[in-house]
Amino acid sequence: MARIGPILASLTRWSPVLALVLAWEALARSGIVTPFMLPSFVAVARRIGADTASGELLLNLGQTLYRALAGFGIAAAAGIALGVLVARYRPVRWFFDPLISVGFPMPKIAFLPVIALWLGYQDVSKITMIVFDSIFPVLTATIAGTAGVDKALLWSARSLGVGSRRILWEIVLPAALPEILTGLQVALPIALIVAIIAEMTMGGAGLGGAMMTAMRFADSPGVFAGIVETALAGYGVMQIMALVRRRLLVWHAEVLAPAAA
Amino acid sequence: MGGLARYAPLVILGVLWEAATRAGLVSTLALPPLSDVLRAGWELARSGDLAANAASSLYRAGAGLALAVVVGTALGVAMAWWRPVRLLAAPLVELFYPVPKSALIPVTALWLGFGDGSKILLIVLGCMIPVTLGAFNGARGCEQVLVWSARSMGASRLRVLWDVVLPNALPEILNGVRTALALSFVLLVSSELIVARAGLGYMIGFLGAGGTYDAMFAVVLTVALLGFLADRLYQLLMQRVLAWRE
Repeated sequence: MARIGPILASLTRWSPVLALVLAWEALARSGIVTPFMLPSFVAVARRIGADTASGELLLNLGQTLYRALAGFGIAAAAGIALGVLVARYRPVRWFFDPLISVGFPMPKIAFLPVIALWLGYQDVSKITMIVFDSIFPVLTATIAGTAGVDKALLWSARSLGVGSRRILWEIVLPAALPEILTGLQVALPIALIVAIIAEMTMGGAGLGGAMMTAMRFADSPGVFAGIVETALAGYGVMQIMALVRRRLLVWHAEVLAPAAA
Repeated sequence: MGGLARYAPLVILGVLWEAATRAGLVSTLALPPLSDVLRAGWELARSGDLAANAASSLYRAGAGLALAVVVGTALGVAMAWWRPVRLLAAPLVELFYPVPKSALIPVTALWLGFGDGSKILLIVLGCMIPVTLGAFNGARGCEQVLVWSARSMGASRLRVLWDVVLPNALPEILNGVRTALALSFVLLVSSELIVARAGLGYMIGFLGAGGTYDAMFAVVLTVALLGFLADRLYQLLMQRVLAWRE
């Protein structure tokens, strides 16, 4: 009986979403809009059910997540490594600083046809595009985070005779971790957005490719099913990322003091 | 001049590009020499093609962004100021926040076709969320003491909203708009690449499909430059607007 409280609380919290779904269904059935413009929620849910049963959803979801997460993983590793180098070594900073400041605000998606020209239409070019687009927030966050490490910590470690490699792993990176994670949290949705765009322009299945096919055949339940599926995928991935953040920062004040999120 | 010398690495990259293609290290089919790209860009600019397509792209991005800023700010401030609005809208914002915005390209095309309308709607829907979140956080973070003192001096609730809460929220709103600005370019170019008959993104796809790669590279660089310049101009504007703070 004691469990009813939290369930009720989350029900009331999420009731606007339920209301949205009901409004959608009512609008679709009212005849104000054609089923082509807005298929009923039931029809879309039925389509998602059919896609799940046939295994198509799992296949497309797997493709999209594989591309997005592979690109995100490479961007994270390369972005953190390069960010540390830029923050530490002057010549590296001299070379990359202007490139980053020009590259960050640039709409990199415009290079998609160039990358397709160079690498073809397979996964390699999609993943390359995702890396190119999502590396910048990781880079800038790592540079800002490592530059902002408390100097007193570095001095005391050095005066105790700690080597520079250990300083990096045991002081600089942990201290910069909150900012790096924020960068990763910005990069992750970018990776998903770009994965979907790449699939829409280059084909090759995935959630984006499936939506494009549905659009070409004027199959609007298919298009709306795709939106709901990508929305759920995005929500799930972001929730996992937030969980990872809380786990990695157990020691940090941010987690100890419950933030209003 | 010190500011420009900073960009020396970009010049080095440009020289390397030109040298590698002229020396035959890279096939000119895959990467046309920079000088050819610049010449093709000049031709496109002179024929008026570039300006016409750029105007159509900038109109879409500008209209979409302006609507997103107005609606997003209003929604964010309303969410912070009125509890019922917050209870109703917060879960919806939370639900839509992680949606990869590019997923909306097919549906806006289904609704409004391949013209300006679908691009503008896409940009409004995509760019609204960062502005809403900025306005919400900014308006919520407003110091209660300021609100109370304004109220105690007889200012009405609306007056407080306009004179105290909004100026206080401005920095965060402007930050949200900066995110939205970058996002608007991404959504614009990708939707033009996928479904359009005009615009810079359409031009890139069209020239690429026709095999005139030097012109395609010229348009790609134009888009990149426009995005960069828009961000720089916006930052200048932001400093101006926020000059009263310090």
